[in-house]
Amino acid sequence: MPSSPSAASGPREGATSEPRPEAARGGSRIARLIAWRAFRLLAPWVVLVALWYGLRYSGLFRPQLIPTPDAVAVKFWTLLTRDGLLLDMYMSTQRVFVGVVLGTLCAVPVGFLLGWYRGLRSFMDPLINFFRALPPIALIPLVIVYFGIGETAKVIILFYASFFASVIVMYEGISQISPIYIRVARTLGASEFEIFHRVIIPLSIPHMLTALRVALGVAWATLVASELVAAQQGLGAVIQDASAYFQLDTIYMGIICIGFIALFMDMALRALTRRLLSWQEGSTD
Amino acid sequence: MQSSDTRIVFDGVSKAFATDKGPLKVVDDVSFCVDSGEFISLVGPSGCGKTTMLNMVAGFIQPSEGSVTLDGTPIRGPSAQRGMMFQEYGVFPWLTIEENIAFGLKLKANRVPAAQRREIVDRYIELMGLGDFRRDYPKMLSGGMRQRLALARSYAVNPEFLLMDEPFGALDAQTRSAMQDLLLNVLQEVGKTVMLITHSVEEALYLSSKILVISARPSRIRRVIEVPFAYPRHPELHDTQEFAELRSEVRDMVMAEYAAQEQQARKSH
Repeated sequence: MPSSPSAASGPREGATSEPRPEAARGGSRIARLIAWRAFRLLAPWVVLVALWYGLRYSGLFRPQLIPTPDAVAVKFWTLLTRDGLLLDMYMSTQRVFVGVVLGTLCAVPVGFLLGWYRGLRSFMDPLINFFRALPPIALIPLVIVYFGIGETAKVIILFYASFFASVIVMYEGISQISPIYIRVARTLGASEFEIFHRVIIPLSIPHMLTALRVALGVAWATLVASELVAAQQGLGAVIQDASAYFQLDTIYMGIICIGFIALFMDMALRALTRRLLSWQEGSTD
Repeated sequence: MQSSDTRIVFDGVSKAFATDKGPLKVVDDVSFCVDSGEFISLVGPSGCGKTTMLNMVAGFIQPSEGSVTLDGTPIRGPSAQRGMMFQEYGVFPWLTIEENIAFGLKLKANRVPAAQRREIVDRYIELMGLGDFRRDYPKMLSGGMRQRLALARSYAVNPEFLLMDEPFGALDAQTRSAMQDLLLNVLQEVGKTVMLITHSVEEALYLSSKILVISARPSRIRRVIEVPFAYPRHPELHDTQEFAELRSEVRDMVMAEYAAQEQQARKSH
């Protein structure tokens, strides 16, 4: 999962010049370490951009069908400085954020209930799996009928997508909590509430974070679809408009933007995970 | 058999679990009592229901027949009064060493003021030799240290009873014998009533005041052995003639039960 959006995300990196690890040789060990880190971080992107150029100039495709990475980078800069791309990025990010936060906020208590009460789980399981298997995109027409094409409609779709993606992660995680910790807490005198508050919650945090990551991934996928159908602003709308005018460089640029924003959100979440879960076996402090 | 010091009484206790092949009887008509301050070991073949008996005292399992009482009242559920040490330790991985020890002291059932809590935590960290790790997470600890941490956590809430299910089973021989002496030292300091499950006759003899030899499944009490050695005990006890004689005697009884279990297993196949 870490570099999944990479397929579409190369060129912006490629447009900036890559630092050369050799330059640091002879410097202090720390400088070399930093250079090595930077190299490892950038190397896959450099390869991707090189492949892109390779395809463009291979003669296998008509040049009009593949914009060069530098053209896409220029387009990015133009749109950013002149056409309010920042607003589109903000709109999309904000929709995802609100949808994911609301979705996981509801998924956490529901996940607790389902993870804890086996009877409830076996009753709800088929329903939840049905709604989860249903692609949120399939609901877009229905949501438009009921809620129009405004922000509410988009947030509802994203909420739906994040909720069902994360509720499963939550309750499966919680139902797998080792009973030994609960038994230990009981023999130390813990009440039911104390067990929940001092044992179940701390043990659920890893699952909450995983749920958040899964929800983010699903929400981005769903967002673009919902913006493609009906939106004035947002990266999906940018892509949709560009496709009407056959502006391939803009389409590429939009896709790459989505990839990077999603990647940065995921990285932020992983950094948070590392902080919160430094106690886990196998994690490095 | 009962005296004024008697605390826990098993009276005609049987327990059967439902399985695919019908009910499986693991404990069969067991009666014994545990007096205040006693250290009782249960030895016998594995899978013979010893853990079930301990779980009944802890309050996790109710007997199918008969009763398990504490001071005359049937045991209905777990409580901080009966601390249990599990085979797999169950140290809380998300808490630091000192937070693990303080866990029970923050619960309503045995809450103490913060200053006193720190005092207790410090005492057990000292006693268990965990000072270098107090702010680390348990993932940093070896098996023996985790065991000591679990022991410290149980002791911190000052239970009257300590129920131990093969607590030293996973330790190497040196750590194991160090842990046994540590346990004896702590018990010398703060009197407790202990029930211990172990596979090791040596361990049972060295630690306990009374040994119950348990039969192959379903569990019945085969023999009750009063261990004649006085406390405090020291490692030299292992080398005495008396200890060696008693050890081979008890070992023979236990081996006979193991043989019976093998026979049973062959018959059922």
